[in-house]
Amino acid sequence: MDYEKIEKGARLRTRAVNIVVYTLLTFWAIMVLFPFYWMVLTSIKSYGAYNSEWIPQLYTLAPTLQNYADAFTAVPLGGYFVNTILFTLATTAIMLVVTILAAFGFARLQFKGRDLAFTLFLSLMMIPNELVVITNYVTITNLDMRNTFMGLILPSVTSVFYIYLLKENFAQIPDELYYAAKVDGTSDMKYLLKVMIPICKPTIITITILKVIECWNSYVWPRLITDDQAYFLVSNGIQEIRENGFGRENIPAMMAAVVVISVPLIVLFLIFRKKIMAGVAQGGTKG
Amino acid sequence: MERNNPKGWLYLLPAMLFLGVFMVYPLIDVFIYSLEEGYNSASQTYFGVGLYNYAYVLHDPYFLQALKNTFILVVITVPLSTGIALLISVGLSSIRKLRELYQTIYFLPYVTNTLAVGLVFMILFKQTPYTDGFANLILSWFGAGPIDFIGGPYWAKMFVLCFYTIWVVMPFKILILTSALASVDQTYYNAARVDGTSRLRTFTKITLPMISPTLFYLIITGFIGAFKAYSDAVALFGTDLNAAEMNTIVGYVYDMLYGSSGGYPSYASAAAILLFAIVLTITCINLLVSKKHVHY
Repeated sequence: MDYEKIEKGARLRTRAVNIVVYTLLTFWAIMVLFPFYWMVLTSIKSYGAYNSEWIPQLYTLAPTLQNYADAFTAVPLGGYFVNTILFTLATTAIMLVVTILAAFGFARLQFKGRDLAFTLFLSLMMIPNELVVITNYVTITNLDMRNTFMGLILPSVTSVFYIYLLKENFAQIPDELYYAAKVDGTSDMKYLLKVMIPICKPTIITITILKVIECWNSYVWPRLITDDQAYFLVSNGIQEIRENGFGRENIPAMMAAVVVISVPLIVLFLIFRKKIMAGVAQGGTKG
Repeated sequence: MERNNPKGWLYLLPAMLFLGVFMVYPLIDVFIYSLEEGYNSASQTYFGVGLYNYAYVLHDPYFLQALKNTFILVVITVPLSTGIALLISVGLSSIRKLRELYQTIYFLPYVTNTLAVGLVFMILFKQTPYTDGFANLILSWFGAGPIDFIGGPYWAKMFVLCFYTIWVVMPFKILILTSALASVDQTYYNAARVDGTSRLRTFTKITLPMISPTLFYLIITGFIGAFKAYSDAVALFGTDLNAAEMNTIVGYVYDMLYGSSGGYPSYASAAAILLFAIVLTITCINLLVSKKHVHY
C-alpha cells in the first residue's frame, strides 16, 4: 500500500521533470532554428509583400523565387561564391600538404633538434591571430599582393594545431610497420603515401572539414586584403550587399543571398555530422 | 634504422617557411611597430622610439569606448552562455528520446557564416519606417516597446550584441559539456541513488566536481573568445562600428590599420599588444582561481 504510493509519487515527479526538461530543450531549439526559418521565409516573400507588412507575418501564402534570381543578377553573388570556393580549395589543399609533411617529420623521422623544434611549434599555438595580422597586412601590401588570391591564401594556410593533431595520430602507428617497409626497401615518401595516410584517413578528413568551415567563414583577413569586389569572398560579399547592394530596403533579396551562402556548409554539416562534431570536440576553438 | 636523418628537416621546411614568414616574424615585428613613433606607412620612416603609441591609444576616446564595450560584453556573455549551456547539457543528458535531433539542431550555428546570420538578427531586431520588426512585435505582446535595437539607445544595442554572441558561442559549449557529462562514471550516480541522494545534491556533489575541469576550460576559452569579439558586431551594426558606439578592441585594431580611419600600423600594434596583455592577465587570474575550485 505505502510502497505503491511512493512509486506513484516517484513516477509523477519523473514525469514533471521530463516536461520541464523537454520544454527547456524545445525552447532553445526554437531559438536556434528561428533565425534560419526567418531567413528562408523572408527570402521567398516578394519585395512588395514584405514592405507592406507593418506587423511581420510568420508565414507567406505567395512564395516567390524572384529574390534568388535578383541575388545572382543584381549583385555579383556568383562571383563571390566562385572566389570562396577557389580560396577554400586552394587553402585547404596547401594546408593538407604542409601539415602532412610536417606531421610525418615530427612523428616518424629521427633527426637532431626535432624535439626542440616541436616544442617551439607547440608554443606558436598560443599566439593570437590579432597580433600577427598587422604585420601580415603590411607584408602582403608591400609585396603588391593585395587583391590577389596569393595574398588571400598564403597567410591562411598554416595551422599549428592540425600539425599537432595529425602528429599525435601518426605516432600511434606501430614502428614495426616502418621497419618492415624499410627492409623491403620502401622510401620514406612511399611509406607516407601508401601506409600512413590511408591509416590516418579519419583524422585527415576531420582536419580537412574543419579547415573548409574556417575558410568558408573567414572574414577579417579577406576584408583587410581585398577592396576590389572581384576578389570578395562570401563574408565580405554579404557585408558589401548589406551596405551598398540592392538598395538598402530590399531585404528579401538580401535574405536570398544569405540563404545561398549558408546552404553549402549546412549540407556539409548534415552529411558529416558525426565527424564534424567529434572533430570540434577534439580541437575546435570558436567560442 | 638511422639515428640522425637530416632529411627530416626537408619535411618540416614548408611548415617552417609559412610559420616563419606569417607568424614568427610578424610576432617580433608587432612589438617593433608599437615602439616606433610617428611611423609613416607611405615612406616607411619614423621619428623615434618610445611609448608614445601606447599613450595615444590609451587616451583615444574610441579605444576607451571599445575597451568598455568589450568588457561589458565579456562580463555578460561568458557567465550567461556557460550557465545556459550547462543547463541545456544537463537537460540533454537526462533524456533519451530525440536527443540526437536536439544535438544536431544546437550545433547548427557553429557551421553558419557569422556575417550572414548576423544580418538575419539585424533584421529581426531593426526598426524601420516600414515595420517595427519581429523583436518589437514580441515586446508589444507584453505592452512594451517599440525600441530600435540596431540604431537606438546604447543598452538596446548592447543587448542585441550580447544576445547574438551567446547564440554564436552556444554550440561549442553545449557540445563540450555534453561529452563531459557523458564521460562521468555511472557508478557514482548509482551509489548516490542507493543512498537516496536528492537530484540537486547529486548535481552539486558529483556532477559539478567531475566536470569542473571542462567547465573551467570553457570559461577560459570563453573569456579569450569574447575579448576578441569583432565580426559579430560588424554583422549587426555594419563596418563603421565607431559611429554605432559598438566598437570592440579588435575592431579598433583593424580600424587603425585599414579603411578610412586606417594607415596607422603603430597604433594598431600598440592596441593589439594591450589586448594581448589584458587577455593574458585575465587568463592568469582564471588559472589562480581554478586551483582552488577545480578537481582534477
